[in-house]
Order: sequence, then structure tokens, then C-alpha cells
Amino acid sequence: MILLVEQFLNGLQYGVTLFLLAAGLTLIFGIMGVINLAHGALYMVGAFAAAWTTMQTGNFWIGLPVGLVTAALVGLAMELAVIRRLYQRDHLDQVLATFALILIFNQSVTLIFGRQPLFSQPPALLSGAVEVLPGLPYPAYRLFVIAVGLAVAVGLYLLINKTRIGMLVRAGATNRQMVRALGVDIGRLYSAVFALGALLAGLAGIMASPILAVQVGMGEEIILATFVVVVVGGVGSVKGAFVAALVLGMIDTMLRAFLPGLLQGVMPGPEAQALGVGISSMGIYLMMAIVLLIRPRGLFAAGG
Amino acid sequence: MKRGHLGLLVVFVLLALVPLVADATGQSSMTRLVGQVLILGMAAASLNFILGFGGMVSFGHAAFYGIGGYVVGILYHHFDAGTAFLGLIPGTDQLLLTLPAAVIVSGLAAALVGALALRTGGVQFIMITLAFAQMFFFLVVSLKTYGGEDGIMVRRTNELFGLNMRDKATLYWIVLVVAAGYYLFLRRLVNSSFGQTIAGIRQNERRMAAMGVDTTRAKLFAFALSGAGAGLAGALMVNFLRFASPDMMHWTKSGELMVMVILGGVGTLAGPFIGAGALFTLETTLGRFTEHWALPVGIILLVVVLATRGGLMGLVRRIVEWRR
Repeated sequence: MILLVEQFLNGLQYGVTLFLLAAGLTLIFGIMGVINLAHGALYMVGAFAAAWTTMQTGNFWIGLPVGLVTAALVGLAMELAVIRRLYQRDHLDQVLATFALILIFNQSVTLIFGRQPLFSQPPALLSGAVEVLPGLPYPAYRLFVIAVGLAVAVGLYLLINKTRIGMLVRAGATNRQMVRALGVDIGRLYSAVFALGALLAGLAGIMASPILAVQVGMGEEIILATFVVVVVGGVGSVKGAFVAALVLGMIDTMLRAFLPGLLQGVMPGPEAQALGVGISSMGIYLMMAIVLLIRPRGLFAAGG
Repeated sequence: MKRGHLGLLVVFVLLALVPLVADATGQSSMTRLVGQVLILGMAAASLNFILGFGGMVSFGHAAFYGIGGYVVGILYHHFDAGTAFLGLIPGTDQLLLTLPAAVIVSGLAAALVGALALRTGGVQFIMITLAFAQMFFFLVVSLKTYGGEDGIMVRRTNELFGLNMRDKATLYWIVLVVAAGYYLFLRRLVNSSFGQTIAGIRQNERRMAAMGVDTTRAKLFAFALSGAGAGLAGALMVNFLRFASPDMMHWTKSGELMVMVILGGVGTLAGPFIGAGALFTLETTLGRFTEHWALPVGIILLVVVLATRGGLMGLVRRIVEWRR
């Protein structure tokens, strides 16, 4: 029971990380119609900027804003230099150009920081553990990540449903051409949405930086799962991204935690371990295949 | 048409001379390099058939390439160990058996994936093909019997008519013959009525359906045919490198195949081969000077995608037209 609660919290933490990435990606996808494989690069940039600053200053609270600003600025530069030229292109060109961006970003980061991963510490205030249940201490920092993720979800809900910008964003996700025809400065809206997405991706990277080894390739590891979330949730739907991120994060964590153990009951140890890990990794992709076969446009698809 | 035939023949003869030139100049790595380019070119050309001619953006093509490779690897593993696959199918090291087996298995896998994936379209199609490729990737990684993450070493290349397959030149010529055969096959396919149907579906699927074509079935057949071609390339590669690894199915491999197609020119017959040559040569040459070869490759790729339309073949065509 205690193990289950612990894994539930782990799943929640992974889920909100996925949500931070997926929220930006689904908006960029839905509004600009661009497949940005390099979204994971922004996650990596945020993580590196924050981890490096934290290690230099010894203060996470300086690393956090530095990471956010860096990710947003890099995202803005990416939009102005490359992504802007891809709006009118087909998906194939978009996939390739952003694939090239991944190569460029990964190599640049390797050149700057080397191949050794960075390890940063969570802030002193959150370095302890909280006893969530009697007999179950849980790291305070991970609870903080969950809280931040949920707060961002609420903030995004308010931004999208209660403000004028949010109205344009929703309209853009439903019918791009119509918004343009109604005289909205679509270029500025696109840049703003892209920067917001970059900011959220950077935030996800910053939040993950004290938990994971910050290294080149961390972006690709998570970006495929993020794409699964976006597609399952329905392209352009932040609500869908939220639901799909939590569900898929939970499924992935639970499979990884319990499947190898279950398989060990029916087959020898090392093979059960390998097969369990393999099937757990397949889990979210299997989920996506099933969802798409039943609902080809995802769970909460925006637009008609 | 006559002139085209002559051109092809010249290219074939030049390629056949590669091992001799390599020997004469002492550049023994050249045979290896060109051989791999030919094989990767086949894989890219198979992708190009659905992507360029059929308009289906598959982001999971490396799965079929890898499946073809693993068929050779698994059959060799059982041949070597004297066991049988699932206790039923004995292993073999005969090229005349392993290649058709690879083609059939990867074709069937592609038919299965296609049957499910073709129910969606657009972005969802890209993502669902990627999802299936990831599933195959994690499947082979989790199979400890077949090496798991380490892959399968094929200690000896498959046998064919008692030829000395340890000789890289012999193997290279076999690869060249198969690649040339595949090129001619694709050329016939594209110009056949089926090829025309596929191109018609790319241009306007609704109109083709109105003309009485069962478009889903045609697309599925094209998808399976393309997967089988990738499997053939994978089987050759495993013979050529004597190694099958999960990396063959990694999603970045699917990306690389797409890059080759685009670099060479979408929807052209020779383009994928040129693209494979350009990318592979670029990677190995730059890799000799710097370990950070991915940076210039990325920049070049970005420029090609943003600035040129139609890839290298388009560039060549424009130069030719401009000179006239």
C-alpha cells in the first residue's frame, strides 16, 4: 500500500513534467500547425542553464529564473530564425528542419558543457523529506514539482479561458485561417505562443534538473513521450494534454515499478527484468495506438 | 529513353569498379563505405516510394529495416546454436533463404502496421508509425536471448553458391547487384499502373476514390511493399557489417532515412541513393576531422530544407535546365 502511494506520487510528478512540455507543444502544434521535434531541446536548455547557474552560485532560486529566461529567449530566437519559415511548409519539411535543430542544439550544448552530466542540488529549503503517510517519507522537492505543475495547469486554464490572448489562442487552435481573416496580428500571436511554450518546456527542464542527471540527449528521451501525450490528448487541446499527461505518466511509472516483479513470478529473474522494462517502455506507445484506432484525432481534439 | 539506359549502365560499371580502384589506391575503406551507401540508399528509396510518390509520411521506417536485419541475425543465431526459432523454424546461413525470409517478415510487419496506421492521417499518421517503430525497438531491446541492447553478432556472412563471402569485394558486388535490381524494380513500379494510382492518391485521394479505386487498399499494399524493401536493405546491412543491433530500429534512424530522401530529392528515383551517399560521406568525412560532426551536418541539413526545394536532385535539374 505504501509502495503504491509512493509510485502514485512518482507517476504524478512524471505526469506534471510531461504536462509542462505537452502544454506548449500542443499549442504550437494546434495553432501554428508545426511539428516541433526540437521542443525537447528547450527542455534541455532550461535544465542546463538552471543546473549550471545553481552549481556556480549554490542557489537554486537564482538558477530558476536564469533557466526560465534562457529557455524563453532561445525559444524566441528559434521561432524567428527557423520555425517562422516552416508555417507554410508541409509536415515533412517541419520534421526535417526541427530534426536538424536537435543535432545543432545537442552538439552546441556538448561543445559548451562537455559530455559529463551536471548534477545540481535541490534548494536547502526543500532538501528534506515530508512524511506524507505514516511510515512513508517522500522528498519535499518532488512534492514541490507536483505543486508547481498543478499551479501552472490552473494558471494556463485561467489564461486560456479568461483572457483575451487566451481567446485568440483558442480561436487559433480551432480555425487558424478565420483568426487571420479577422485581422489579428498572427505573427505576434505565433511568437508569443512559441515563447510561452519554450518557457514551459524550460520550466519542466529546470524542475527535473535536481532529480535527473542533466545531460545531452535528455530532451529526446522525454520528447517522444510528450508527443504521445499531445496526440492522445488531441492536438491543440491543453485540457487533453493535462488528462493524457497524468494518465500516461501514471501508467508508465506503474508499469516500470511493478511489471518486472510480476513477470519474475513466471520466468527467470534477468529475463523477466529485461522483458518487464521493455514492455513498460512500450506501454505508452501501445496506449497511443489504441486511442488513435478508436478516436483517430485524439481524446479532446480541438477544431472540426 | 535510350540515353537513360546508357547512363545507368555507366553508373553501374563505375560502381562495379569501386573495389578494384580501392585496392589499387590502397583506400580499402572505400569499398565498405560505398557498400553501406548502396544499402542505405535502398532503404531510403523504399521509404521514398511511400513518402515521395505516395505522400505517406512514415516516421517509423527504420523498424522494417531493423526487422529485416534481425531476421538474418536470428536465423544465424539458431543456425550457430543448432536450435530452432520458437522450436519450429531451424536457423540457416544461406543468403538465398535469409533474404527472402527478411523480405517476407518485414513486409508482413509493414502490412500489419499499415493496416492500423492508415486509419489515421496527417500528424497522427506520422506519430502512430513512430509509435509502432518504438514498440518494435523496445521489443528487440527486451529480448535477452537475442542479445538485448547489445544486438546479435553474425560471426560469418551468409553463404551463397560457395563464394568466398569473407572477401569484402565479393560481398560488395552482391550488394551492388541487389541494389541495381531493386532500383530497376522501383522504376518499373513507379511507371506501372499501380504506381500511377499511388501518385494519383497523393495528388487527390478523393478523386481517385471517385474513380472507383479502393484507395486504402492501394495505400496498404504500397506501405507493405515499401516495408519489404526496407527489410531487404536491413538484411543486406547485417550481412555486410556482420552485426544486428537495436540501433537499426532507433527513431533517429527513421529520421536519418527521411533526411536522405529529402537531401537527395523527394519523389525521384536516384535521389535517395544520392542523399544516402551525401549524408553518409558527410558524416564519415567530418567524423574524421571532428567528433562534433553533427553540428555542421545539422546546419547543412537546415539550409537544404529551408533554402532548396527538391533537394540535390532538384538542384541538379535546375542547373541542367538553366544551361539549356
